[in-house]
Amino acid sequence: MGIYLLRRFVALIPVLIIVGTIIFFIMHLMPGNPASLMLGPEATDEQITALSEKMGLDRPVLIQFFEWFKNILRGDFGNSLFFQGMPVTRVVYEHFQATLFLTLTGLSFAVIFGIVFGVLSAAFHDRLPDRILMVITSIGVAIPNFWLGLMLALVFAILFPILPPAGYKPLSAGIWTSFRYLILPAVALAFGQASLIARMTRANMLESLQNDYIRTARAKGLPEGIVVFKHALKNALIPTITVIGLSFANLMGGAVVTEQIFNIPGIGRLLIKSVFTRDYPVIEGIVLYIAGAWVLVNLLVDVAYSFFDPRIKY
Amino acid sequence: MLRVTNQESKARGSRRFATVRLFTRNKTALFGAAVLLFFIVVALGAPLIATHRPADMDPSLRLNKPNAVYFFGTDRFGRDLYSRVVYGSRISLGVGLSVVASTTILGALLGLLAGYFRSVDEILMRILDGLMAFPGIILMITIMAVLGSNLFNVILALTVVYTPRMARVVRSAVMVQREMTYVEAARAAGAGDLRILLWHIPRNCVAPVIIQATMIFAYSVLSESSLSFLGVGVPPEIPSWGNLLSDGKVFLRRAPWITIFPGLTIAACVLALNTLGDGLRDILDPRIRKKKI
Repeated sequence: MGIYLLRRFVALIPVLIIVGTIIFFIMHLMPGNPASLMLGPEATDEQITALSEKMGLDRPVLIQFFEWFKNILRGDFGNSLFFQGMPVTRVVYEHFQATLFLTLTGLSFAVIFGIVFGVLSAAFHDRLPDRILMVITSIGVAIPNFWLGLMLALVFAILFPILPPAGYKPLSAGIWTSFRYLILPAVALAFGQASLIARMTRANMLESLQNDYIRTARAKGLPEGIVVFKHALKNALIPTITVIGLSFANLMGGAVVTEQIFNIPGIGRLLIKSVFTRDYPVIEGIVLYIAGAWVLVNLLVDVAYSFFDPRIKY
Repeated sequence: MLRVTNQESKARGSRRFATVRLFTRNKTALFGAAVLLFFIVVALGAPLIATHRPADMDPSLRLNKPNAVYFFGTDRFGRDLYSRVVYGSRISLGVGLSVVASTTILGALLGLLAGYFRSVDEILMRILDGLMAFPGIILMITIMAVLGSNLFNVILALTVVYTPRMARVVRSAVMVQREMTYVEAARAAGAGDLRILLWHIPRNCVAPVIIQATMIFAYSVLSESSLSFLGVGVPPEIPSWGNLLSDGKVFLRRAPWITIFPGLTIAACVLALNTLGDGLRDILDPRIRKKKI
């Protein structure tokens, strides 16, 4: 297991290098000089030349690329052009907390509701509860999450003001206060993923309920609840874990939009703000952070497999 | 190549007929196809179906509630929301179809190369994995940030994000087909790599490509609306569904209909595409087909 983990970590390196290379080439080789893009249409030629030199854009691309990579390895993502030249790492770090809480709350909603609804659906296969849940989940997959966010805000914050319509309170404001602000955005964010997880769990449960050991468990008189939740569910969860891992990535992506609707000061909002202020170092930093996180999550998912399925040995 | 005998061609004809029959029997696929067809008809016949011109403003009709003249109400410039949604279908479906076309061509090409030539596979797949290591929307926003927002760039950004998915699907299909006896037979009959790669194998990889294309269509409609909603997609003056939603955000309290109707439209369209995709998977995937029959 230890060697396996080490090997997986080493295998991360080429992926991260490729990811970094893609980002570099998207940001640096696209048409137009980054310096003139950053300065905007009103900039004079002198200003553009000055900034180009300062950023090293007049040097050969390959040299720029190695410089850039060297800095990244040292944890230096450059300085923001907008936040008074603060280092990108600090800007991203300061916005990271909100996104992390939003994504994790969303993920827990998605996993809890997804699995519970999936199991219920399978347990009531082809009966009314199953049919209703399947209709809800097909709608859940199709609804744009930002639209759902707006509708939730309309119903639960404007028509029936029981929850705050927007904003964010850090944990220091108290767990309940902080959570209240996260409920609507997290539900909006998680609904689609919960639907996916529910459909996946249902399909796997139906398959796993066909197994012989389920018949044995029933035959020896175990209560149906234990058969469904202990025997069938644990085996049905293995493929579901992959979906949960993917969900996490989708949630991070979805958070960009959700934060925009609910005015949550996370990295998604920072990303959009940086796009409009042409703060390219920050955009680069955010994208690298997220890609890195996504690669790590995938690793964790693979490791989690062995926990749920002891037959998978590393 | 071998001449196809009469009997073989009959067999092939009846198999095709069987697929059509499965399609007409599969209620999900039919429902999805019907709704999609409805949207395509709306997009093509927009000038006939819309009741107003989508850009006509009338300040005296600002933020009118839905009524008999303005089915979906009016927006902040007094424009008819219903007509804008109708015309928006041209943009949103157009983007979706363009992305489907470009990802299918590019993805099929890359997938065929990677699946057939082992040497290409390693490098190509690492790059595609790298591209898939980003949540799609983040990569799209980055590309839009660099290129600037216009309709073509939206299609380009979506193509970059969804081509790896298509390429992966084609690649795995090709890897299965490559080992099939008919490929060996074709080679024995004197067919070269190119002929096998561009003629024999693709004919047998159509099913997964169609399914994936349907899914990419759905994702594209959703992604276009997300990008436009964030203000980095289709330029705001073009009435795409995402832009209509984006217009409504500020007026959520006073005029919720501006948000409700375009959102419902997107949801209906994506739902149709998803059900069509699911249905097609049931019909075209022989493993599932066997189980069902």
